[in-house]
Amino acid sequence: MLDDFIIRAALAGIGVSLAAAPLGCFVVWRRMAYFGDATAHAAMLGVALSLALSTPVFAGVLLVTLLMAVTVSLLSGRSYAMDTLLGVMAHSALAIGLVAVSFLEGIRIDLMAYLFGDILAVGKQDLAIIWGGALLVLIMVGYRWSALLLATLNPDLARASGISPQREQLVLTLALAIVVAVAIKVVGVLLIAALLIIPAATARPFSQTPEAMALIAALIGIFANIAGLAGSYHLDTPTGPTIVCVIAALFVLLNLLKSLIQKTDALLARMIPSRTSEQPGLTDTSKD
Amino acid sequence: MLIEACNIDVQIGKKMILKSISLQIEKGRIITVIGPNGSGKSTLLKTLIGAITPVTGTLIKAPELSVGYVPQRLHIDETLPMTVKRFLQLPHKMPAKCLQNALSEAGASNLMNQQLNSLSGGQLQRVLLARALLTTPNLLLLDEPTQGLDRKGTADFYRQLNQLRQKLNCAILLVSHDLQVVMRQSDQVICLNGQICCQGKPEDVGNSDTFKTLFGLDGDGDTLALYRHHSHSRTTYSQPSANQEIHHAG
Repeated sequence: MLDDFIIRAALAGIGVSLAAAPLGCFVVWRRMAYFGDATAHAAMLGVALSLALSTPVFAGVLLVTLLMAVTVSLLSGRSYAMDTLLGVMAHSALAIGLVAVSFLEGIRIDLMAYLFGDILAVGKQDLAIIWGGALLVLIMVGYRWSALLLATLNPDLARASGISPQREQLVLTLALAIVVAVAIKVVGVLLIAALLIIPAATARPFSQTPEAMALIAALIGIFANIAGLAGSYHLDTPTGPTIVCVIAALFVLLNLLKSLIQKTDALLARMIPSRTSEQPGLTDTSKD
Repeated sequence: MLIEACNIDVQIGKKMILKSISLQIEKGRIITVIGPNGSGKSTLLKTLIGAITPVTGTLIKAPELSVGYVPQRLHIDETLPMTVKRFLQLPHKMPAKCLQNALSEAGASNLMNQQLNSLSGGQLQRVLLARALLTTPNLLLLDEPTQGLDRKGTADFYRQLNQLRQKLNCAILLVSHDLQVVMRQSDQVICLNGQICCQGKPEDVGNSDTFKTLFGLDGDGDTLALYRHHSHSRTTYSQPSANQEIHHAG
């Protein structure tokens, strides 16, 4: 079954989506969108490094993303704001990476494959790395889930419960570095952030709890991967960008659907007045 | 004694926020910390919950100490869906009955299935209080719990707090700006401005010169007399304290 490149591509996409969904939720909740983006861009330097040293791309990328994450956390708050530092480091790393790749002689490198992903070329070994990384991220985030949530909600409440917000931040940073490293093959460095953020953002209006949001984001990611793969196969379009197009389309469609539902609800409420009294959220009943 | 701080210095970055703080919290007492903005009130609370480690001095905690902490503000990001029920179970799962009990005790029994970011300021404070009660604390630390509430909301909140203390017999340390309400509810007032300027019974602190200077009151007795009413009818569980006299620390 794994001999079919389409099956391997689908499995790779599903693996990345599963890991990206809960992590993407945290990226959205903690307003780390730019952090995800910057980490992904810096990964290009990792690609260049590993090609130059003939090590697996996964290892080089992981090293660079981790280095950047640690440097940014150490330096931020001194003389530059976090986003300024990220901008400096991410784009410098991306540019240095692109220049470094051009120096590499003897290797013909398809740069596009790293910028936009090459999911159709996923081999059995890649698949093992992707699923290994994805499972590791799921275990990390799953194991620390409640602590991460509380630290996200309020650092002081977390400390009062014996949770170190810094440690939780580190867990997220590590998980983010791993996801970036495994997702390069699927969507490339320029589109990884889309895979993190858009499914989570799409899931938000339909979720009552953080767990529901992560689950819906995962389902959206998996669906978009399969639909994007099928679409790119039939339309002969680049696969990574097609997957992101599907996620973006879902974001727009589901948001429209949600506002349509709300409008209909409001209309029904006006037509049947008794409905309004069933909404406890609208009355302040805490006063005694 | 639940918790005792001896000569604590707290530094954040290079700035010394608290200097030689010594205080004791005894079982069942209400202690209020007052002080101008930036006087280190929140830092003191965070030090007591262990979120900040003092650079010098010792913090002695009784083995039976169980702290419930209500933070100054809880900003809930619009992007994070969170029901009250789920929030109360962070970081540990709790039986539904415990959750309902805590909510009732905090006067928020009907809020279980609401979204956190749909709550009003007063409702959110009650939910935070309920969360602090879940660990059956013998010391409640509240950081300006009535900030942003109107007069009625503030009065309601303090009434709830007073009922709670009588029921649970827990000590309460609270930071507040509401001089009037605060003074008449507390057993002891600590006046803070980087260091403890004075502490003692509310009426004594209220009449001290340090206090008047700190809050820009011109010392006419009428204003301060308001702060203490004499219906001292509630049961006090406090032991007599050795620390009732006023310390003028400059």
